[in-house]
Amino acid sequence: MSILNKKPERDPGAAEAVAGDELLVTGGHTFSSLTDKVSGIVEKKTPQQWYLLFAMAVSGLMVLLGSIGWLVWEGTGIWGLNNPVGWGWAIVNFVFWVGIGHAGTLISAILFLLRQQWRTAINRFAEAMTIFAVICALMFPGIHVGRVWLAYYMFPIPNQMLIWPNFRSPLLWDIFAVVTYFTVSTLFWYVGLIPDLATLRDRAKNLRKKVLGLFALGWRGGNRQWQHYEKAYLMLAGLATPLVLSVHSVVATDFATSLIPGWHTTIFPPYFVAGAVFSGFGMVMTLALIARKIYGLQDIITLNHLEKMNKIILVTGSMVGYSYIMEFFIAWYSGNEFEYFAFINRALGPYAWAYWIMFLCNVITPQIFWFKKLRRSIPVMFVASIFVNIGMWFERFVITVTSLSRDFLPSSWDYYTPSIWDMLTFIGSFGLFFTFFLLFLRFLPMVALAEVKGTLPEADPHNYHKEGGDK
Amino acid sequence: MSKPLGVLARFSNPAELIDAAKKVRDAGYQKFDCHSPFPIHGMDDAMGMKRSPLGFIVGAMTLTGAAVGMGLQYWTSTIEYPLVISGKPFFSWQAFIIVTFALFVLFGAFGAVFGMFHLNRLPRLHHPLFYSKQFESVTDDAFFVSIEAEDEKFDATQTQAFLSSIGGSNVEVITGE
Repeated sequence: MSILNKKPERDPGAAEAVAGDELLVTGGHTFSSLTDKVSGIVEKKTPQQWYLLFAMAVSGLMVLLGSIGWLVWEGTGIWGLNNPVGWGWAIVNFVFWVGIGHAGTLISAILFLLRQQWRTAINRFAEAMTIFAVICALMFPGIHVGRVWLAYYMFPIPNQMLIWPNFRSPLLWDIFAVVTYFTVSTLFWYVGLIPDLATLRDRAKNLRKKVLGLFALGWRGGNRQWQHYEKAYLMLAGLATPLVLSVHSVVATDFATSLIPGWHTTIFPPYFVAGAVFSGFGMVMTLALIARKIYGLQDIITLNHLEKMNKIILVTGSMVGYSYIMEFFIAWYSGNEFEYFAFINRALGPYAWAYWIMFLCNVITPQIFWFKKLRRSIPVMFVASIFVNIGMWFERFVITVTSLSRDFLPSSWDYYTPSIWDMLTFIGSFGLFFTFFLLFLRFLPMVALAEVKGTLPEADPHNYHKEGGDK
Repeated sequence: MSKPLGVLARFSNPAELIDAAKKVRDAGYQKFDCHSPFPIHGMDDAMGMKRSPLGFIVGAMTLTGAAVGMGLQYWTSTIEYPLVISGKPFFSWQAFIIVTFALFVLFGAFGAVFGMFHLNRLPRLHHPLFYSKQFESVTDDAFFVSIEAEDEKFDATQTQAFLSSIGGSNVEVITGE
C-alpha cells in the first residue's frame, strides 16, 4: 500500500462521526490542503495589495520617525500640552495601544483555557497584533519623558547617582506590567510558531530551509516533544491569563490612584480591562476581515468565527456601556461635588463633542450585534469594528483630557488642543504597527497550522472506528 | 552501508499511530517516538510516558520571580535608598505586590519556555531523522514511528520487520547518508 502517491481525502469515517456538528474549518480541507493554503501565503508571489499597503505603512513609519526626531531635538513643547493638561495624546495613545493588545492575549490564553477551539483560526495573527500594539504603546511613555536619553531612569538600574525608582508609584508598576506583558506575549507567540516554522522549513530548500530550520530549532513533531510542548503552552496560558487582566488594571491605577476627579474611582481597573478587550476585538476584526479577503482564508476564518467574535464585542461593549452609566450614577450618589462636576463637565462641557462620539461608538454600536443577521454581515461588522476603534480612542481622550483640563482650581483651567506633531505621531504609530504587521503576514504563517489541524475531525483518533482502533 | 541510526515507519492516520504506539511499547522498545503534525490526544498513555515535570520547573521559577521582585523592592526602599514618600512606611508591601506579581509571571514564563526547550533538547539542528526524505512530511500530514538504534532491543532487520508487521509502510532504515 503506497499512501505517499495517493492524495489524501477526507476519511469517510471521520466525516460521518461529526455529521451534524459544526465544522470549524469548511471547504472539505485535509491536513495537506491546509498546509498548502497557509504556507502558500508566504511562499507564493506576494499579492499586489500587499505592496500598496506596505508602501503606505512605511510612509507612516517615516512620519513617526520624523516626528520623534523633531521631538527629541526640540522637546515636548512641540506638543499641545499645557499647564493643567500634562498628559495629552501621548498617554491617550499609550492606553489605546495597550488596550488593543489585550484581545490577542484573551484569544490565545483565556479562550485556550476555556477550550474554545475556534480560537485556533485567529490566534496567531491576534497574538502578532498584541506584540506590535504593545511595541507602539511602549514607545509613547518612552518619548513622553522628553529627554529620551534619560528613559533608563524608569528601570531599577544601579547608577552613578545612587538613587532607585519609587516602587510605590503606579507609573513604575506600569513599566513592570507592560514590559512583562510584552515579553510573555512574545514568548507565547514564538512557542506557538515553532511547529509551523518547522512546516515551512520542511517545504523550503537551500538557504531558506537553513534559516527557517534555525528558527524551528530542530522540531521533529515527536510525541516526546509534544508532551512538554503542550504543557508549556498550558502553563503560558495560565500565566498570561492573570497577567493580561492585571496589565490594564495597572494602567487604570495610573489614573485611579491620583486624586483627580473623574479618575479617582475603584471601577477603573475592571472597566479598563473590559474596554481593552472590546477595543482589541475591534482591531482583530478589522485586520481579520482585510487579511481574510486578500489571502482567501474564508474556509479557515469562517462566518461562524466572525459571529463568535461579534458576540464578544457585544458582551464587552455592554460592559463598557454599563461602566459609563455606573460612573455617572456614582458621581451623583457619592455626593462629592467635584466628582459630580467632573462628569457633568464631560457630558456637557467643552469636550462634550468627544464624549458623545465615544458614547455613540462604544455604547450604541455594539448593540446592533443582538441581531443575528447583522452579526453575520461582513460589511456591517467591518464598519462596526472601525467605530469601536474610534470610540475607544475617544474614551481614553475623554478620560485623560476632560479631567485634567478642569481640575480643582478654576483659575488654572485650560482647553487642550493637540498640535500637528501630536497628530503626526499618532498617525505614524499606525505606520509602525502596520509595517510590523505586514512583514509578519509576508514572512510567517498567519494561521496556527498545527493547532487548526488538531481541530479537524480527522485529528481525533476516536473518529476512526476501524477494527484496530481499540486494541 | 554505514551503521544504522534508527528505523522509521509511516502510518496512515492518528488512530493507527496510537495503535502502533501501544504495540511498540508492548514489544518492549524504550527509545521510540511517534511523530505527528499536531499533538494527538491519548498518545502519552499509548506510549507509556510519564507526566511532564515542567510544572515543577515553572513552579520553582514563579516563586523565584516573586522572591526577586519583593526582595528588590525591600532592599532598595529600606536598606539601599530609604526615602519617606507621602509618609508611607519604607517597606510598603501592599504597594509592592504588583511588581512582585509581574516578576512572578515573567520568571514563570521563562521557566515554561526554556524549561520546555531543555526537556525537549531544543534547539537541536542535527538529528538522524532529518536524513530521511519522507520525514519532511511529518509537519504536513504524515504520521511516523521511529525507533532509535540505541534501544537495547534494536536490530535493524528485526525492527524493520516488526514495524511492517504492525501496519507500518515505507519502512526505512536511517543510516545518515
